[in-house]
Amino acid sequence: MIVAGVDIGSRGSKTVIMQDGRMLSYSICETGPESAKSAYLTMNEALKGTVLSLTDIEYVVGTGYGRVLIPFANENISEISCHAKGANWFLPSVRTILDMGGQDCKAINVDEKGRVTRFIMNDKCAGGTGRFLEVMADVLQVPLQEIGPMALQSRENIPFNTICAVFAKSEALSLLKKGTHESDILAGLYSAIATRCHNLLKRISIDSEFTITGGIAKNTGMVKTLEDKLGMKALLAEDPQIAGAVGAALFAAERLAAKQKQGVAS
Amino acid sequence: MQAYYGYADGSGDYFIVIDTDKCNSCGECVSACPSHLFATATDDYGKLVALVPEGLTKKIGYLCPGLERCSKQVKSPCQSVCREQAIRLTW
Repeated sequence: MIVAGVDIGSRGSKTVIMQDGRMLSYSICETGPESAKSAYLTMNEALKGTVLSLTDIEYVVGTGYGRVLIPFANENISEISCHAKGANWFLPSVRTILDMGGQDCKAINVDEKGRVTRFIMNDKCAGGTGRFLEVMADVLQVPLQEIGPMALQSRENIPFNTICAVFAKSEALSLLKKGTHESDILAGLYSAIATRCHNLLKRISIDSEFTITGGIAKNTGMVKTLEDKLGMKALLAEDPQIAGAVGAALFAAERLAAKQKQGVAS
Repeated sequence: MQAYYGYADGSGDYFIVIDTDKCNSCGECVSACPSHLFATATDDYGKLVALVPEGLTKKIGYLCPGLERCSKQVKSPCQSVCREQAIRLTW
């Protein structure tokens, strides 16, 4: 049984191809202005790692922000359920998930079967999300890959009053002009983001084990700041960014199995 | 599942919390809400439940007048009609 999960996020598009519960291949691409094109792009990238073509995939589940616009998806499922299922596949002991995406942030409690028991999402404002960090990296003129480790070198604690992208940008710029080191500015921003995430998590229950999914989970400085704030170590998946796509592929396998069973019964 | 629909911003917390384990999808909240904030639909696990549709979650603070102004009683109409006590407001 070959299935795929496609997660079209606001910033990144991810595809996971699975066969009988095993991951065959995956890809991560940037989401362009057209979700349909991004879906084909990430799917083709993932197919390159295999001997398969799109027609060999029996069932595709789409998820994420652009999920309704995937031309080859059989069904679409909300990213909350997909992240829970995907995180559970990577790390079965996890009960609390913080998904830090490109434009929103979600806190999810999950049971031992990977089902959501509680969720809360903040998508009203993109302050403190992946896009926000991209903008800040640009302001500081530091490559995106380096903003994580760089913050770990911070020596001074600079409190930021806001994580509103507009205000934080000017606050960061004026600090830069005063000669504040980039690492201290980043550390200050991460601390403000961690506070906001902690507030979100406090509404659900913070049970161990705890994991972070989404692209920001690859930012070592951000993960460390969150761990310090929560007083908890985060378990991280092999590639936290694809948790949603893995969950979608697992849903695809379930749906296909149910359909096949139904077909046999009738 | 405890589903939190809404957001928190500088002015406060605006979440409508629906307990989908308690919800029996009777649809009373759909007709009771003067701002039409509820709908029923099948969730990702195949259960028919009440929810706040996607486009409305970011406007809850404006659309839902909240406990004080929506009703003179202790409970808002959505909470009063829900026999399973599956709905809660956070503000």
